[in-house]
Amino acid sequence: MSKTAIAMSVNGQKVEALAEPRMLLIHFLRETLDLTGPHIGCDTGHCGACTVDLDGQSVKSCMVFAVQAEGAEVTTIEGVTQPDGSLHAIQEAFREHHGLQCGYCTPGMITRAYRLLQENPNPSEAEIRYGISGNLCRCTGYQNIVKSIQAAAASLTSVSEAAE
Amino acid sequence: MNEQAPIASERADKLQGLGCARKRVEDARFTQGKGNYVDDIKLKGMLFGDFVRSPYGHARIKSINKEAALAVPGVLAVITAEDLIPLNLHYMPTLAGDVQAVLAHEKVLFQNQEVAFVVAEDRYAAADGVELVEVDYEDLPVVVDAFKAMDADAPLLREDIKDKTEGAHGPRKHHNHIFYWDAGDAEGTDAALSSAEVVAEEFITYQRVHPCPLETCGCVASMDKVNGKLTVWGTFQAPHAVRTVASLISNIPEHNIRIVSPDIGGGFGNKVGVYPGYICSIVASIVTGKPVKWIEDRIENLTSTAFARDYHMTGKIAATKEGKITGLWCHVLADHGAFDACADPTKFPAGFFNICTGSYDIPVAYVGVDGVYTNKAPGGVAYRCSFRVTEASYFIERMIDVLARKLDMDPAELRMKNFIAKEQFPYTSALGWEYDSGDYHTAMTQAMESVDYKALRAEQAEQRAAFARGETRSLMGIGLAFFTEIVGAGPVKNCDILGLGMFDSCEIRVHPTGSAIARLGTISQGQGHATTFAQILATEIGLPADNITVEEGDTDTAPYGLGTYGSRSTPVAGAATAMAGRKIRAKAQMIAAYLLEVHDDDLEWEVDRFQVKGNPERFKTMAELAFAAYNQAIPGLEPGLEAVSYYDPPNMTYPFGAYVCVLDIDVDTGVSTVRRFYALDDCGTRINPMVIEGQVHGGLTEALAIAMGQEIRYDEIGNVQGGSLMDFYLPTAVETPHWETDHTVTPSPHHPIGAKGVGESPNVGGVSAFSNAVVDAFAHLGLTHSQMPHDHWRVWSEAEKLGLHDQ
Repeated sequence: MSKTAIAMSVNGQKVEALAEPRMLLIHFLRETLDLTGPHIGCDTGHCGACTVDLDGQSVKSCMVFAVQAEGAEVTTIEGVTQPDGSLHAIQEAFREHHGLQCGYCTPGMITRAYRLLQENPNPSEAEIRYGISGNLCRCTGYQNIVKSIQAAAASLTSVSEAAE
Repeated sequence: MNEQAPIASERADKLQGLGCARKRVEDARFTQGKGNYVDDIKLKGMLFGDFVRSPYGHARIKSINKEAALAVPGVLAVITAEDLIPLNLHYMPTLAGDVQAVLAHEKVLFQNQEVAFVVAEDRYAAADGVELVEVDYEDLPVVVDAFKAMDADAPLLREDIKDKTEGAHGPRKHHNHIFYWDAGDAEGTDAALSSAEVVAEEFITYQRVHPCPLETCGCVASMDKVNGKLTVWGTFQAPHAVRTVASLISNIPEHNIRIVSPDIGGGFGNKVGVYPGYICSIVASIVTGKPVKWIEDRIENLTSTAFARDYHMTGKIAATKEGKITGLWCHVLADHGAFDACADPTKFPAGFFNICTGSYDIPVAYVGVDGVYTNKAPGGVAYRCSFRVTEASYFIERMIDVLARKLDMDPAELRMKNFIAKEQFPYTSALGWEYDSGDYHTAMTQAMESVDYKALRAEQAEQRAAFARGETRSLMGIGLAFFTEIVGAGPVKNCDILGLGMFDSCEIRVHPTGSAIARLGTISQGQGHATTFAQILATEIGLPADNITVEEGDTDTAPYGLGTYGSRSTPVAGAATAMAGRKIRAKAQMIAAYLLEVHDDDLEWEVDRFQVKGNPERFKTMAELAFAAYNQAIPGLEPGLEAVSYYDPPNMTYPFGAYVCVLDIDVDTGVSTVRRFYALDDCGTRINPMVIEGQVHGGLTEALAIAMGQEIRYDEIGNVQGGSLMDFYLPTAVETPHWETDHTVTPSPHHPIGAKGVGESPNVGGVSAFSNAVVDAFAHLGLTHSQMPHDHWRVWSEAEKLGLHDQ
């Protein structure tokens, strides 16, 4: 099948590559760009392991063709980590509060939480649970994920208040 | 003379050893997307394999035409059973003593069975090839109801073994029969039942479910034709066993096979077995000379690799009028699907189902299990439980509630009345197990007090009265479960898989500067072994856990072990770790004696050092001793500081716990809302409370899923239902309640550090607690049992049958 040239920004870097029009964004990220942080858990849009940030929205990258991301700003878990290599508050909180076990849902979960806390910097527990309900986890029972996101929200809020 | 050292307790805290809620060392890579799972592996020239699968549950294959598929650009090969026959690889041995078709030969026996393997340059081309393989089928009558599998006129499923009257576990009494296995005293149990004052009976099904880890199964096989070495990276819960099996069936010498389990995205029993995808990838790599990757998609995962449960249990329980249990009888019809691929120790075709007397002092019992073939996927794995323990626990915990209802007795009181007493341990059960330790009355009492059980029952009575008056449409259910598990398989004298004894191992190398690497025969799939095994070792050898690397999963470097499942890692490999640590310490003691110029016996161990008895200012720390091991010529001692232990456990361990579920059911919609869930676990010595709590949360969530919604069903013509996450229930954060955890500590007397294992307890105990709560909500209306899963429709249907919608 013939390939199409696409260009997008991924984790702040300009990317130009060829892709079959039918290639899913998750395969483009993982196999063409070697960004293996986002995972594939279901291929049907249910599990959220492939969640990335696309133009300021959380999307399941197995539900998007790479060509649809033409010109977009994409952030994967690799881009949630600060450019200097330091961890984002959400990443710190997941470690601190045992918000992960096998780690397979974690990149999608953190990338979702990263967007959630921009949409709603002070979410209630119910809002967090609803906000991550597109991301399945088979290990943690979510309790410590919720705790991690609450802790990250508190720490990000205190940082932004301090900055004001 | 050494400097003034911090006091012992401060030094112990710095080690982050046993009992410390140490943060996990795995998390740095996982939180940054830097894990290394099998699908992340990319090798030069790597090809992709994908399966053509059967659309039929039972059909004869009349022809397979590969031509159109081979014409697809990028498709290199299409492998069928005909290609595997010359290699004698069209069938492979299963863990249960049966054989399983690698690629369907002559006929297919379940929907989505593997028929052909397409190998292509990328995954899209492979998928295109799969679409174009033409298979001509002639459909055959199917067997989907296990109860009809042994009818006289039932279709013959396994033509390949039709003349075998003797199976791996004794005689077969029908062409679709696999085995009959029993335990206990049949006559004595009959006598107890026939003379009993009260007998309660129930038919209890534990439906077919699937472990469904978030990462599916997969592998990358790479045959290096220059040096003759085969390397396979894959989602293997038992990498060493896979190496041995691969060697036996391929005739590649075992030293020329390297199996690597990289990071694994959850296993829960799904990744214990050997699947056709592994064999086909290996063959394809040998044929093409290139690495071949095979990753199953979710639908393939749910419909072809390793279902769990599917046990249909008929029970009778005898008791006195006062509620003293006098006997237990059980017959199980076990649906094993098309091939017997159960993952059980060889001598236990029904796993440890004979733990089904549970936590109770039952004087006589008998259990018999018939395994049958049906047109369903093979498997029968231990989904987050030791072998068939969750089925057994569900059976007895439901039977106790059924009996309580019959006796009109509170189910908590009935349990308390029949618990094995603390002083009876070690306790030999009527079905032959020796329970190592327990204190059930204390745990149950703590649980009852923590939830204020009496107040809950009073509230329930009030609510029932209000319901009767028409003031509410909600009913409250209180579910109790008191489970005893049997984990840590197991003693080599009676536990093996394919002849391989179920010991496990740890090898430690202490480096000159006081750090170390420990390698084990197990493999973490999220349990956090790299964190917790380092803690065991920190306490044993006095080096900080942060200075100890734990490595698993590479058969070229790790000592031989049987892997991680059945909560065996801590009971077996954890014991090996402690024992290897003690060997390190014993040698360090000799080095210390030389350096301090005293006799070995004049030294005592304290946290991180050997000190002279009565003169603690004279000491050598483990770090100093490690350095000395590499730079001193000590008479009579070899240089270096290394040890290996292969640990054959003297017994299993028996974790237990008391769970309470409180839920509210809207009788008009069938929706259950879990109001409260309390879980008290006793896993013996606690290594890392944070990790234990996480394991309990996760296991309870799996139990919620099983009890309330999961089922892999088949329709009457063998179409699998529930084969994608659209209809196979995995709870989200919204449906998952808050979990309350608690514990008691009753160490195992035979384990070096007293630990019992915990990862599976919440699944084993949780399912019964949820199910008992649903039935309890309707118990006052005469309901004694309801089949799982208790989804909204089924719960609504129970309410309908009870006439609750007529009011």
